[in-house]
Amino acid sequence: MKTTKHIKTLNNANLKESAVKGGCGECQASCQSACKTSCTVANQKCEK
Amino acid sequence: MIHKYKLNGYNICLDVHSGAVHVLDDIAYDILDFCDENMTEQPPEKMMVCLSDKYPKEELEETYAALYELFTEGQLFSADDYEQFSDLMTKAPIKSMCINISHDCNLRCEYCFAAKGDFGQGRCLMPLETAKKAIDFIIANSGTRHNLEVDFFGGEPLMNFDVVKQTVEYARSIEKKYNKNFRFTITTNGLLLDDEKIEYINREMHNVVLSLDGRKEVNDKLRVTPNGKGCYDIIVPKYQKLVASRGDKDYYIRGTFTTFSKDFTADVMHMKELGFEQLSIEPVVSDPKLDYSIKYDDLPAVFKEYERLAKTLIETRRKGEFFNFFHFMIDLDQGPCAIKRLRGCGCGNEYVAVTPQGDIYPCHQFVGEEAYKMGNLNDGTFDTDMKLRFARANVYSKENCKDCWAKFYCSGGCNANNYQYEGDILKSHKVSCELEKKRLECAIMIKAALADMDTDSKSDCDSDDCFAECR
Ligand code: SF4
Ligand code: SF4
Repeated sequence: MKTTKHIKTLNNANLKESAVKGGCGECQASCQSACKTSCTVANQKCEK
Repeated sequence: MIHKYKLNGYNICLDVHSGAVHVLDDIAYDILDFCDENMTEQPPEKMMVCLSDKYPKEELEETYAALYELFTEGQLFSADDYEQFSDLMTKAPIKSMCINISHDCNLRCEYCFAAKGDFGQGRCLMPLETAKKAIDFIIANSGTRHNLEVDFFGGEPLMNFDVVKQTVEYARSIEKKYNKNFRFTITTNGLLLDDEKIEYINREMHNVVLSLDGRKEVNDKLRVTPNGKGCYDIIVPKYQKLVASRGDKDYYIRGTFTTFSKDFTADVMHMKELGFEQLSIEPVVSDPKLDYSIKYDDLPAVFKEYERLAKTLIETRRKGEFFNFFHFMIDLDQGPCAIKRLRGCGCGNEYVAVTPQGDIYPCHQFVGEEAYKMGNLNDGTFDTDMKLRFARANVYSKENCKDCWAKFYCSGGCNANNYQYEGDILKSHKVSCELEKKRLECAIMIKAALADMDTDSKSDCDSDDCFAECR
């Protein structure tokens, strides 16, 4: 977390990096539908 | 692209393409109205003029400089360079499967998307032979994927529990040979749970999803047996027993809210009072003509309720207590890679559902849609063209999603809902989009509030000019 006088940044914003390294496909499938609580993408973990 | 909003006293800005989340003071928040992808070192004149009544000149310059620094670091108005990855993802092995082990159910929940358990196809149970073929199918089509997920679903899976057990046994007996690791999940309404089944589920199932809508009167209004009686009193003690002996394995208590229970914070808190911590209550998705459905007009009330629930969650954590609400879970640092986020749910491509008759569908919600039947386990057919069509349904092929701020968290929504309510798997279902975006706003705000709590608890730091990175 980085804090300056006017702005607090909550995370280290690594989405772009993850695109380059990612895509292995080992993580869980992610049904987004209301009928299934298996997982949705936002709360998944990376398997790496 | 950024998305900025105010919620619960926080000014929040999500930088969509880097994933950075910033909490801003009022001046920084206001300045953002004058910034875009073309930020320059020099503050925009228009901003200096328009905001001069509200803030002193030096403050404006100083704050603008801080924002400009984020811009140069790629954490504000960062570029969308992901479309290049969207084609990378088409050819994928199948790694997840929903086995509809039972197209029969011992409840008759009003809102059931599976037409009260039989998916409109007549009540029946899956024979073991078909279930084994399903396991063979996923192994054969999973390429080099190691982790394979199988979800026993229905209908009510416990009505065919012997076949569940034999299927697990079969999969375990061959997984090593093929270098696979099966992870099983079971979703149940709880009626048939007993000590033996609880022990088995806690041993063999990676995850278990237990259906309960919350307060007794809410649950029993719609979750009823064929003779119209509510099921709360039967299932709650069984769930408590299961969860008490589950150790640290995953489970969810999962409910549905309808237009009759828009005050669902009370249901979540009721679940917590029953001793459950992993909670989920999700909006019913149904034809807007049905009386219980969540319609566009219900959205303001539902939004308010999500806010109330978010605040309740924060309060609970402040008191040192805990519950987890599934739809507010978000990992801002180590979530799935961007590629995964773009490709969506994977239905019809990485994920399929099979029925007791051996029919293969893109997912459990397409079951019974003749036009979307992909093949059959018994005759060995499988429509690879349809697989490819689903593979291409990613965030960048969906008109509304491409430029939506929520795309990396929503992943393009539910193809089945899109098809059912908008007539096209690529057309996003409006009500679901609005709900998803509201939940995300709440989830991010909760992170901001929890970060504050962390800072409070570290208040022995007395620096008043703190640029340090403290976690
Ligand atoms: S909220 Fe709607 S438009 Fe946005 S990514 Fe999700 S489905 Fe697409
Ligand atoms: S289409 Fe909808 S219900 Fe089917 S797997 Fe995808 S998100 Fe889930």
